[in-house]
Amino acid sequence: MYKSANSPIMKSLLHTGLLAMVVVSTTLLSNQPVAAQTAPAASTSKPYMNLGRSATPAEVAAWDIDVRPDFKGLPVGSGSVAKGQALWEQKCASCHGIFGESNEVFTPIAGGTTKDDMKTGKVASLTSEKQPQRTTLMKVATVSTLWDYVYRAMPWNAPRTLTVDETYSLVAFMLNLGEIVPDDFVLSNKNIAQVQAKMPNRNGMTQKHGMWTLKGTPDVKNTACMNNCAQHVAVGSVLPDYARNAHNNLAEQNREYGPYRGVDTTKPPLAAMPSSGMMMVSTASAAPKAAGPADLFKKENNITIRYYSISNF
Amino acid sequence: MINMSNQPKTQSGLDSANLIKKAPENFLSQGVIAEINEHGTDEKRRGFLRKSFMAALGSAGAVGSGLALANPQGDPAILEKQIWQTTLGKNVATEPYGTPSVYEKNLVRRESPGLTRVSAASVAFTPLQGLFGIITPNGLHFERHHQGWYNIDPNKHRLMVNGLVKNEKVFTMNDLMRLPSVSRIHFIECGANTGLEWGNVAVPTVQYTHGMLSCCEFTGVPLSTLLDICGADLKKGKYILAEGGDGSGMTRTIPMEMALDDVMVAWGMNGEMLRPENGFPLRLVVPGVQGVSWVKWLRRIEVGDMPYGAKDEAIHYIDLMPDGLHRQYTSIQECKSVITSPSGGQQLFDKGYYNVSGLAWSGRGKVKRVDVSFDGGNNWRTARLETPILTKALTRFNIDWVWDGSPTIMQSRAIDDTGYVQPTIRQLRTVRGTRSIYHNNAIQSWKVDSNGEVSNVQVG
Repeated sequence: MYKSANSPIMKSLLHTGLLAMVVVSTTLLSNQPVAAQTAPAASTSKPYMNLGRSATPAEVAAWDIDVRPDFKGLPVGSGSVAKGQALWEQKCASCHGIFGESNEVFTPIAGGTTKDDMKTGKVASLTSEKQPQRTTLMKVATVSTLWDYVYRAMPWNAPRTLTVDETYSLVAFMLNLGEIVPDDFVLSNKNIAQVQAKMPNRNGMTQKHGMWTLKGTPDVKNTACMNNCAQHVAVGSVLPDYARNAHNNLAEQNREYGPYRGVDTTKPPLAAMPSSGMMMVSTASAAPKAAGPADLFKKENNITIRYYSISNF
Repeated sequence: MINMSNQPKTQSGLDSANLIKKAPENFLSQGVIAEINEHGTDEKRRGFLRKSFMAALGSAGAVGSGLALANPQGDPAILEKQIWQTTLGKNVATEPYGTPSVYEKNLVRRESPGLTRVSAASVAFTPLQGLFGIITPNGLHFERHHQGWYNIDPNKHRLMVNGLVKNEKVFTMNDLMRLPSVSRIHFIECGANTGLEWGNVAVPTVQYTHGMLSCCEFTGVPLSTLLDICGADLKKGKYILAEGGDGSGMTRTIPMEMALDDVMVAWGMNGEMLRPENGFPLRLVVPGVQGVSWVKWLRRIEVGDMPYGAKDEAIHYIDLMPDGLHRQYTSIQECKSVITSPSGGQQLFDKGYYNVSGLAWSGRGKVKRVDVSFDGGNNWRTARLETPILTKALTRFNIDWVWDGSPTIMQSRAIDDTGYVQPTIRQLRTVRGTRSIYHNNAIQSWKVDSNGEVSNVQVG
């Protein structure tokens, strides 16, 4: 508001405020009805427009750190693959692995892209059932995203501690892991647009779908059939027996009264329905832990963790 | 039944062993319990149980409607004086901020074991299997953080509005909470809710299949008011970027038409301030849109002329299609429903009448109708919708069911006021394959087996 203190709006607001004060004091003196106080304020349709204050340039600079796909917001700077590698081993490798390959803490950064992908801009392995895991470089279309996120949120346990040049170095190193830039590359604000033109999945995104705005058209259409809709009902998938207790004892995750109790998953299924009043729940012994859902995904799909990058969704 | 040895300590002063009777099954030996758990109760065992029950004089606890009274005199819960009837209860404000009954201890937020590898970037699911109505209690609202949560000092929290605006501004909580506020009830659903089930059944209960879903009354200022105050350039400014104040600096792009419609900058949640896990003191509410866009600990709104391609809209929260393309900026949570009771992992103890209950919602408007099938989708009956029926909010449905004891598959199917009908998993897979993770709004099937066990299945 400092800048616009002389604006017509500001003047009128000040006027209104002064008027209101005058009326208040008059009211107090003359004992007029309370309603008279509010009349002048109500004459301004948006009496709250002066709330908040102008941000200073330093404040905006401190917080406005986002970098867009067109590189608006990208600070001037540079960093080499070599320097990035040293930083990586120091600050990043414990989670992501020396080569960005680790699948222990987060999904892998690098892998699954080819020289051909860099030509087409579409990662071929994304259509393959054989690719075990979607890596960051297989997915990301915009190099700005890597820069923005590393700068704003990495390292994991000490976000916002990297300098601009350190960020350039680390992004250069990650790109080098995917063989998108050579070993002796120095990434900078001047050449990052050329790197964008080599991103393996740069043409891999589509915004042509109905889920961006309310106006969008749904892609799946069902009908509300009421009778004889499915002559044959086949069960296609069930939870396998070995996963029965994978989420621990479900009896302890439901009320212990009322009509719907939890199944005692430390035990095999009952041979027959128990009767009312005999609602037995054993909470004494916990059966050995069965496989978790990640293992289940692997087993059920007979693959490694393919659908399972949800750990980083 | 209640296992007294597991009572939380807060009760122990009152509930000494002498004061509270053992639950009825406690007269049974572990051997008999094991046998019944394995084989169920046939007539021979029932007879034995009746005798044992009668022998266990003084037993307190529920007597199911399906059994004749074990004690011909009547129910001990009535005939005997209970501790809460014969002694002085606790003082007011013994618990200055009240907590649920100790008998509700099982209904808590839970992680899915093995789902995520870092608990600061994980999910805790809402126990939908035990909730009523449409409002999620604040302590049970699902949690999803990208870099852990903090109790942010509201005196040090600021909201900045910058970019394509006439006046880039900073608002304190004092400023924001003076502004004209609105209160609205909306659901929030993570885009990855039910995402584990694209390929096959993977988790046992509705807590884990659908529990990244909550619904609260949010109080805050419409984002349009803040954009108005700052003089947003609505000709050039087609998008906003919302940014969180946590370590991840969570960022998401939101189209301006949505921002001007019903998006709120909220501080209130079910009558109190937001919980820290849910963004205290300030979060964005983006009705109908997946939870990741409801940026928590909201610190900045930028008005811009193109989408921002942030990490959680360029690397995650993108939907892989069978052709290898990823759908970017998928946002709307399309119409969906699920039966919450009975649901997977629950046990029925009897044939006969049940009130089957569930939730329906749509990111595009109001729920118009919910149909329920008890034969795997062959025949459907229309359920009762409870009020209120609000736009982009959970709607509770109920329907009568008389179970004959034979195996059955129950499903619910919601229709919203655009006419969109909730699809089957097969219909979704035909278009989107099985690897898109996000936005699985398929009809959910629960199988009820002849032993009374309800389990998660997929049909077709």
